[in-house]
Amino acid sequence: MNAPVLSRRLFLASSTAVGGGLLLSFDIEGEAQAAGPATLSAYLKVSPDGKATIASKIPEVGQGMRTALPMIIAEELDVAWEDVIVEQALADTKVYGRQVAGGSMATTLEWDGMRRVGAAGRWMLIQAAAAKLNVPAAELTTEPGRVVHVASGRKLAYGDLAQAAAAIAPPDPKTLALKDPKAFRIIGKSHVQTDTDAIVTGKPLFGIDVRLPGMVYATFVKAPTYAAKVASADLAAAKAVKGVRDAFVVDGGTALDGLLPGVAVVADSWWAARRGRNALDVAWADHPTSTQSTASLAAKAAEFAKTGAQRAARADGDVAAALKGAAKVVSAAYDYPFIAHAPLEPQNCTARVKDGKVEIWAPTQNPEPGRALVAKTLNVPPENVTIHLVRCGGGFGRRLINDYMVEAAFIASKVDAPVQLIWTREDDIQHDFYRPGGWHNFTAGLDAKGDLVAWRDHFVSFGEGETFVRSGGMNSTQFPAGAVPNYLHEVSVMPLGIPTGPLRAPGNNAFGFVIQSFTDEVALAAKTDPVEFRRKLLGEPRLIGPEGQNDSFHTGRMRGVLDLVAEKSGWGRKLPKGRGLGVACHFSHLGYVAVVMEVSVAKGQVKVEKAWVAADVGRQIINPTGADHQVQGSILDAIGSTLHQKITFENGAAVESNFGDFPLLRMSQAPPIEVHYLLSDNRPTGLGEPVLPPAPAALCNAIFAATGKRIRSLPVGDQLA
Amino acid sequence: MAYTLTVNGSPHTVDTEPSTPLLWVLRDLLNLVGTKYGCGVAQCGACTVHLDGAPVRACVTPVSRVGSKAVTTIEGVAANPVGAKVQQAWKSLDVPQCGYCQAGQIMSATALLTATPKPTDSQIDEAMDGNLCRCATYPRIRKAIKSASGQAEA
Repeated sequence: MNAPVLSRRLFLASSTAVGGGLLLSFDIEGEAQAAGPATLSAYLKVSPDGKATIASKIPEVGQGMRTALPMIIAEELDVAWEDVIVEQALADTKVYGRQVAGGSMATTLEWDGMRRVGAAGRWMLIQAAAAKLNVPAAELTTEPGRVVHVASGRKLAYGDLAQAAAAIAPPDPKTLALKDPKAFRIIGKSHVQTDTDAIVTGKPLFGIDVRLPGMVYATFVKAPTYAAKVASADLAAAKAVKGVRDAFVVDGGTALDGLLPGVAVVADSWWAARRGRNALDVAWADHPTSTQSTASLAAKAAEFAKTGAQRAARADGDVAAALKGAAKVVSAAYDYPFIAHAPLEPQNCTARVKDGKVEIWAPTQNPEPGRALVAKTLNVPPENVTIHLVRCGGGFGRRLINDYMVEAAFIASKVDAPVQLIWTREDDIQHDFYRPGGWHNFTAGLDAKGDLVAWRDHFVSFGEGETFVRSGGMNSTQFPAGAVPNYLHEVSVMPLGIPTGPLRAPGNNAFGFVIQSFTDEVALAAKTDPVEFRRKLLGEPRLIGPEGQNDSFHTGRMRGVLDLVAEKSGWGRKLPKGRGLGVACHFSHLGYVAVVMEVSVAKGQVKVEKAWVAADVGRQIINPTGADHQVQGSILDAIGSTLHQKITFENGAAVESNFGDFPLLRMSQAPPIEVHYLLSDNRPTGLGEPVLPPAPAALCNAIFAATGKRIRSLPVGDQLA
Repeated sequence: MAYTLTVNGSPHTVDTEPSTPLLWVLRDLLNLVGTKYGCGVAQCGACTVHLDGAPVRACVTPVSRVGSKAVTTIEGVAANPVGAKVQQAWKSLDVPQCGYCQAGQIMSATALLTATPKPTDSQIDEAMDGNLCRCATYPRIRKAIKSASGQAEA
């Protein structure tokens, strides 16, 4: 028998603060360690057979962090990837720091910290080997899975050192030496995603697959007009449906991202709950936002365009004077619709509430706000809420908001059994936190040489005063800000009673479209090739904005990807009638991306023939197979939404309800995509979002090249018919 | 009503309403959760299973219509050599992103390759257009189908 040994849990948390310092603390707990795995840190266990169990801290939504982050740890730990077992960390920011799948920030924020987690494990194993071999640690090195004493040729397997290593005080991560990137064995090489095998064989992985003993199923119906209360509900017919256990009214509140009013139906199977729901007779109370419609919002926006902006958010130089003196003035109004996220796994969550303790299995991108919301709504201390992170069947930003989590927890608190809440697809599309629509009224001035001398964007959005609705704001640093002497960014907002939220590259997914489309118009007005015009506008390589600030823009990095995509796509080549090339480049989420698309248009139908992408996200692509996925997925995501997607509102409620009227891109519409990375001497940054924003404009600029029709309003829909 | 279904080669008896979709019989009554709910109206293909080898959308297939037809789900598709080959191609090419639609994709691809061992691009489009992938892994799905069929990608 092995004696119990002390294991230390090393709590490494990378700070979200600029500078990304590591917080290091550890507690010591007496723990009987027999022949099981030895715990080296909150991220790392090593078992006697040498297998390393590595925790992935970030929720997995298909962005690949459950593979990429453990790869980084494994690299510095120096184990063979085949010997790595990945497990999902619990939601616990006290241990793991930021646990958010959002903002394309995991690579940016975790790159250094995860390397140090791995290096700390390696250091502890080396110390253990030094003690065992009675040699100075400095004489030791590692090869995958083993500590090596080069001078004597002796080697010790990690599995044999793990117990002793676990008893060693962890190092100060700042002092650790990291690998020379030239020596990387794992990072930079494609590794199949951690869960691929389980996915292709149909193993339970997702939120909707959670099964607990005695679990029941629930559906929750809310008012079509957001936050309207239940006026009356006849529950008898629903309760009479075979398999239905209960049906009850939930009073709910008024916060759109909290627990809303509705009726819950709980049953032995989800289908029985669904049938019970069909049998409900619910009348909804009138609600002040029930007069809102897409048409009423557009009318208000048109009024703003006519009467002028409420305020200026940024004013460089004197736009009015510059426009007066310009050789040429170009004006255009652009708009884009609300769109839904529609991840393929409908919102769902499983919860068990017992003796004041809440246990949750949630497909969430952002667990901590969910914990706070559940604790507040159920009136329990946050530490009584445990959240298991389960794989998400897509996120796209939808699961940054935890409305479904609080619904599941609340329903479970009223039922003496664990509850799995599953939304219908209609619930999902009609109760989203939509990418808000918006309007941009542009005017640009060109001098006699065709150089841009003035740029005005009157942005019409939603909010009150200087506060925007969630994801309805716009930064005043969007290029060409800082590159044109006279720049005016104006804003008007109107109130909104429709839930909004971040959707893949929030804000930028629309700004890329309007700015890069209008830039094309200005280039053509200047009688300059669109790539050449952008090169001129970017000018000398320089940073626009302060060093170290996330929205500071480097013109040289953008120039690099623009040149690369122009070269790879054969920009400037002659195309037959009905075909066109379009270019766009946009900076967001620290990534510089340029896209060219080639389209053909026949009988009013657009076909994207091919897309080329050049991306600069720093010096290192961690897992190329995952990176390519994000790039190609972003391009196709953009093609689908640009061509077809919109959510319209009538009577304060969404009209579209399923994939019939809210279509996703299909196989036959997906073009080949050529991906190029421009490795630059910058820190590695995220790739889940920055590729999307330039794509809609590249597509619409290509449509213009093919047809002469300028798309200023999305979706493209039947505008070419 | 009691129904006896042959699922992945084994008989299972369930007691449910005749109109209950096969999808929910599989998921809630037989605990075969590999088959996914995506839309409930045969628009997305996430629930694709085989009835006697033919792809159907389980979300709109009432249990009463299954009869004696053999039901194959993602959990049992490897018993079909074509299915096993498709799964292998999906793995080698690392097709999934979030993975939620992939069971349905694999079932549709397996049915395609069983009927048409060397499909053209347009045959692939036709067979796969009913299977949505929100992450848009379509380029790799196409590549994996080509690979499983022994055709090199152009």
